[in-house]
Amino acid sequence: MLKAGSRIEARFKELAAAGKKAFIPYIMSGDPSLNASLRLAGTLEDAGADIIELGVPFSDPVADGPLIQAAAERARRAGVNLRKALGLVAAIRKRSNIPIVLMTYYNPVLKFGEDKFAKQAVEAGADGVIVPDLPVEEADLLKEHSYKRGLDTIFLAAPTSGPERFRLVSNASTGFIYYVSLTGITGAKLAHYEEIEKSVKRLKKLSGGKAVAVGFGVSNPDEAGRIAKIADGVIVGSAVVRRAREDSARDFSAWLKSMREAIG
Amino acid sequence: MPETLMPALEELEHEYFKARKDAGFKREFDSLAGKFIGRPTPLYFAKRLTQNLGGAKIYLKREDLAHTGAHKINNALGQALLAKKMGKKRVIAETGAGQHGVAVATGAALLGLDCVIYMGSVDIKRQALNVFRMKLLGAEVREVSAGSKTLKDAINEALRDWTTNVRNTHYVLGTVFGPHPFPEMVRDFQSVIGREARAQILKAEGRLPDHMIACVGGGSNAIGLFHAFLKEKKITMTGVEAGGLGIRSGKHAARFAGGSVGVLQGTKSYLLQDEDGNVLDTHSVSAGLDYASVGPEHAWLMQSGRVKYTYATDEEALAAFELLSRTEGIIPALESSHAIAEAVKAAPKMKKNKIIIVNLSGRGDKDVLEVARIKGVQLC
Repeated sequence: MLKAGSRIEARFKELAAAGKKAFIPYIMSGDPSLNASLRLAGTLEDAGADIIELGVPFSDPVADGPLIQAAAERARRAGVNLRKALGLVAAIRKRSNIPIVLMTYYNPVLKFGEDKFAKQAVEAGADGVIVPDLPVEEADLLKEHSYKRGLDTIFLAAPTSGPERFRLVSNASTGFIYYVSLTGITGAKLAHYEEIEKSVKRLKKLSGGKAVAVGFGVSNPDEAGRIAKIADGVIVGSAVVRRAREDSARDFSAWLKSMREAIG
Repeated sequence: MPETLMPALEELEHEYFKARKDAGFKREFDSLAGKFIGRPTPLYFAKRLTQNLGGAKIYLKREDLAHTGAHKINNALGQALLAKKMGKKRVIAETGAGQHGVAVATGAALLGLDCVIYMGSVDIKRQALNVFRMKLLGAEVREVSAGSKTLKDAINEALRDWTTNVRNTHYVLGTVFGPHPFPEMVRDFQSVIGREARAQILKAEGRLPDHMIACVGGGSNAIGLFHAFLKEKKITMTGVEAGGLGIRSGKHAARFAGGSVGVLQGTKSYLLQDEDGNVLDTHSVSAGLDYASVGPEHAWLMQSGRVKYTYATDEEALAAFELLSRTEGIIPALESSHAIAEAVKAAPKMKKNKIIIVNLSGRGDKDVLEVARIKGVQLC
């Protein structure tokens, strides 16, 4: 059996050895139902996803744009909470060995209990956690419990983060480092590839070679391809959430495959 | 707080602490406080209200007489000055009742800054006058229709704007809430209320008061009044939250009576939340108190026992609104009416030689249409 938490690192190593980059789609647990999310996870893996980022619905998602806010509202209407999202992880894990990263805001974790969260997340088969509203300097407890259980803690570095914060984020992140590609919220417009490239290089150097994935604002194969040239992985959230809902099954699969091919 | 904003908060802390020590900044702020805001605001002995209640002497700290009609201008102007000093050309803010939005729009007009105000669509409807005032002052008012469509969601949207435009924008948070340094900075700008009240009551009565009352939404007017008196152990203090339709109804904003510790919008404090950690919808007749969490310093003052927290229901606040209007010729804001409602309960139980100071944090002109609607009066 794999050591808990190492599934993400292992996947990045395999990809690097094959000269490939990670495709990391995001979906919201329970949008519009847990069964739909379970099927969607299968579709993503079939289309070549390397890691799945699984959102946990929260009432006040300040880091997210309107598409993911709306997905969270649909999931909450379906009665989905952190506990049920962990059930979804377990259901996906029964069928697949794909690395799963939970993306949750801090208050649901605090309410659940950080220790209990780390323990149950690992038991369900999750590999890592991203808490977009928890800055590195407030994360000691979550890091401690996650480390103890073998859950990777992935922190975000932003275009506004200076050298000192880059260092903090590089040190605290395990599994991979999440570079926020733009100064804004999820689903906004992407620009400034040069700045992204510089930042990714700096994070890799500071972290002694940890994988760096880039997300926020990647919405089409062209952008995904350009990001894949400069990072180890490409995270695609809002565009996946929108297309999974609006596109026909065939169009959606074709689009996923075009993203996969662009990422290479 | 999202990582994107952390550097801005570090910068703000640095710049604010620098400005706080800067004699020039202080001079400019004090000069505007006097000539523009109209400080000091009076401490007024409410003789007819006192007689009507038949107990302790009630003094009102008249923040309703500050320019723009509420204490909010103290903080808004301070932060607008700071924004200008930091070289930010644009300010954004959230508003519930609209008083903070009007105050920020005023500060922006005074200092020549671009201004965008976020306001929930429910609040836009019940505070229509303030919406128009903000527009007259040159601000853009952006309607927020997500979530509960009130103050909490306006803050979320302002945070999203700030995350996107952080390089040229300062977020003028309106209360003693949010990530550091906001609670401390807003308290500093508002603590002028208590410093003035202290000097004024000593002049009027030759002694300090026995009891103090203020309403608590985020809690800036309460901290502003209480702060200069916290070390006076003999003075009791009460913060009044919005009891809405009653605690048992679930339709209220009484965080201490009905909440538990949680983290929202960069703040660990008491929070109205469900068992999954999702934030609950709140209700209050007063938009300015209609919020699911409360300033962290209030949480500390509650836990240490220094300040007692209670609530007034919509009905009690509306009765106090009418009582003060009729007995003193002062129409209070619905927010401040919650503090008056508590004075109505507390004063008769106290001896006639005792003194209460109530913070009359704002005037009620903005609420007249809403109160008419509630009373079923057709105005036009």
